Amino acid sequence: MKNTLPETTPFFARDREWHPPAYTPGYKTSILRSPQRALISLEGTKSEITGPVFGHNILGEFDNDLIVNYAKPGEMAIGERILVHGRVLDERGRGVEGALVEFWQANAGGRYRHKKESYLAAIDPNFGGCGRTITDADGNYAFKTIRPGAYPWPNGVNDWRPAHIHFSVFGHGFAQRLITQMYFEGDPMIWICPIVKTIPDKQAIEQLIAALDMNATIPHDMRAYKFDIVLRGRRSTLFENRLEGN
Amino acid sequence: MAQSLNYLKESPSQTAGPYVHIGCTPNFVGIEGVYAQDLGSGPMVNADTRGERITIRGFVYDGGGTALKDALIEIWQADADGFYNSPSETRGKADPNFLGWARCPGDMATGEFLFETIKPGRVPFRDGRLMAPHVTFWIVARGINLGLHTRMYFSDEEAANAEDPVLARIEHKVRVPTLIGKRDGDTVTFDIHLQGDKETVFFDI
Ligand SMILES: [Fe+2]
Repeated sequence: MKNTLPETTPFFARDREWHPPAYTPGYKTSILRSPQRALISLEGTKSEITGPVFGHNILGEFDNDLIVNYAKPGEMAIGERILVHGRVLDERGRGVEGALVEFWQANAGGRYRHKKESYLAAIDPNFGGCGRTITDADGNYAFKTIRPGAYPWPNGVNDWRPAHIHFSVFGHGFAQRLITQMYFEGDPMIWICPIVKTIPDKQAIEQLIAALDMNATIPHDMRAYKFDIVLRGRRSTLFENRLEGN
Repeated sequence: MAQSLNYLKESPSQTAGPYVHIGCTPNFVGIEGVYAQDLGSGPMVNADTRGERITIRGFVYDGGGTALKDALIEIWQADADGFYNSPSETRGKADPNFLGWARCPGDMATGEFLFETIKPGRVPFRDGRLMAPHVTFWIVARGINLGLHTRMYFSDEEAANAEDPVLARIEHKVRVPTLIGKRDGDTVTFDIHLQGDKETVFFDI
């Protein structure tokens, strides 16, 4: 956005071999929720290359601190204190400025605060489980939270989700809209999770595993994990794209 | 080996899961006090917004014909004159009283979604031909591994729909009606079918 021309070009084609396919029977819910017909290719028109932009005015003081943003005054969420930080980049490796990043997670015991959640792990009265932030000029973001617990879920008879944080990201174009999940380095549960395994490529899975970042810890307070998120990149404006005939 | 192109790969998608509301519409699921209000909730118009007021409502159905009760739907649309409220909009300035984006969780009991908005103006296709008025939809839910993009056109725009370059690209014309919202007075009904005979056309955008 800064020092650059308006971004008016379409995005790189999405690599659908890198993303999970729609139909992944190991994740049972996908069976009836997966389109079966071929997608219709639509190279970005104005409707896809534009997108909403959100200002810092939507953010509250503690939106990026899940340890306190639902806690009673003077209290805190229970759990291992962590800082999650990283950059939102595009496929060209440029930082994405002004990207709204929303995140949500279970508490330290693996329990979500949700009406439809019935896992017996205890609710933490001081933990809501949601937060958000907007990237700075270089695409950096950070938030404080507690490390979420693993939890069982109804799919196979003994399926567990690895510890994870859900992310929703807005870039500058609606075609960049992305929801994904962050996992934690060293967690053996990652490789046996049916939802993780919807992603066919091991390297793609590794792109979702945040690394322990001891350089970013806050001494005597919290450890840090680094998680970069890559959104689709835009085509070059150096040469006009040829228009396809219909 | 040739030189590396040095592109990064897009982060792979993962399902929004059953608790997408916690992150995107926390007040809707009773997590109050973190955000004053859910982002993108409520009417998209104010008293000064230009354009014809409409309500868009519908359901998202799975392949068994059951309405999803845990989907999250976002829409993105132009203003009444066909301009997007986005830095990438270079043709003119959009109505400052219309963001053009909203999100709505399906009702927990019925699954119905609802947007109070305006009818968008026409936006040019890449070659300058006008597209018919349309609203872009993005659907995520448990069981959907990568958010689904589609468009809603309007049943009262037959002539514009007939010359729309995107609708023209759909080889199986029998599928075009899956993209047409049915207008009745101020209400436009748009049901989305993830699978089956009525499977909605989804786009790779
Ligand atoms: Fe989860």
